Amino acid sequence: MASVVPVKDKKLLEVKLGELPSWILMRDFSPSGIFGAFQRGYYRYYNKYINVKKGSISGITMVLACYVLFSYSFSYKHLKTPAGRSWAISEGNSQEGVV
Amino acid sequence: MNESLFTPFITPTVLGLPAAVLVILFPPLLIPTSKHFINNRLIIIQQWLIRLILKQMMTTHNAKGRTWSLMLTSLIIFIASTNLLGLLPYSFTPTTQLSMNLAMAIPLWASTVAMGLRFKAKITLTHLLPQGTPTPLIPMLIIIETVSLFIQPLALAVRLTANITAGHLLMYLIGSSALAMLAINLPLTLITLTILTLLTILETAIALIQAYVFTLLVSLYLHDNS
Repeated sequence: MASVVPVKDKKLLEVKLGELPSWILMRDFSPSGIFGAFQRGYYRYYNKYINVKKGSISGITMVLACYVLFSYSFSYKHLKTPAGRSWAISEGNSQEGVV
Repeated sequence: MNESLFTPFITPTVLGLPAAVLVILFPPLLIPTSKHFINNRLIIIQQWLIRLILKQMMTTHNAKGRTWSLMLTSLIIFIASTNLLGLLPYSFTPTTQLSMNLAMAIPLWASTVAMGLRFKAKITLTHLLPQGTPTPLIPMLIIIETVSLFIQPLALAVRLTANITAGHLLMYLIGSSALAMLAINLPLTLITLTILTLLTILETAIALIQAYVFTLLVSLYLHDNS
């Protein structure tokens, strides 16, 4: 179906589902393109929450909360077996050996 | 037991790539720059803080020492922000790694010594001998002063590493012990109180940064001025 506006220039929420693969393929994935995307995202957040007349503490608290969640997802693998518990588990499953 | 005690300090990797670079590059995102005269609240607070730090640190220096102001201000801002971000749960603090602190300490100390030797070679060398020492003691004292000079970067790096690592480890241990004692309700309040006070004392990580930059400052001043 022919669109009035070319698919490449539409924002994500305006792209129809059938056009989604072609939209993804037409995005700029070069290093400067990715950097531009990060820069646009950064300024979008900055101008909405921080660069306002009466910015509150929630602008930076949201960033820190995201940072905590991000670090948690990174260290999830290490946190799966907690420190003092592996012997407690082995008490119950004496036939299966230490976890 | 050894592996599980120090797992909070492992450098994060994703698919073998060091993600520590991302963590180190994160604090500058919280410090925006601005071209305007009137700014938002975050920038106003940070500019006030930087002016305070600058005035506090740079008044004791002469003109040549003040060329270092950008370096020293960015150093203290970096260490302060990195240490404070490390107080958040599950976060990784790059300053717990000795490699990074040595990488910060050695070039800065070496450049102060090089600057002293380049511009005031005689005066720098005479710093190795305190005034009024009896003559037989001179050779031994020169050796001792040289050793104490060379131990400066090591002391800077190890001081920062050990303080931050010890603080994090202590908080981790006390927290896990409080969690274990939750079933036995008796000393619970005492331990949570200890955790709270320890956290507030640990927020004198800022005091540690002061210590870092001040000792660096002292050596710069000494090599440059008198």
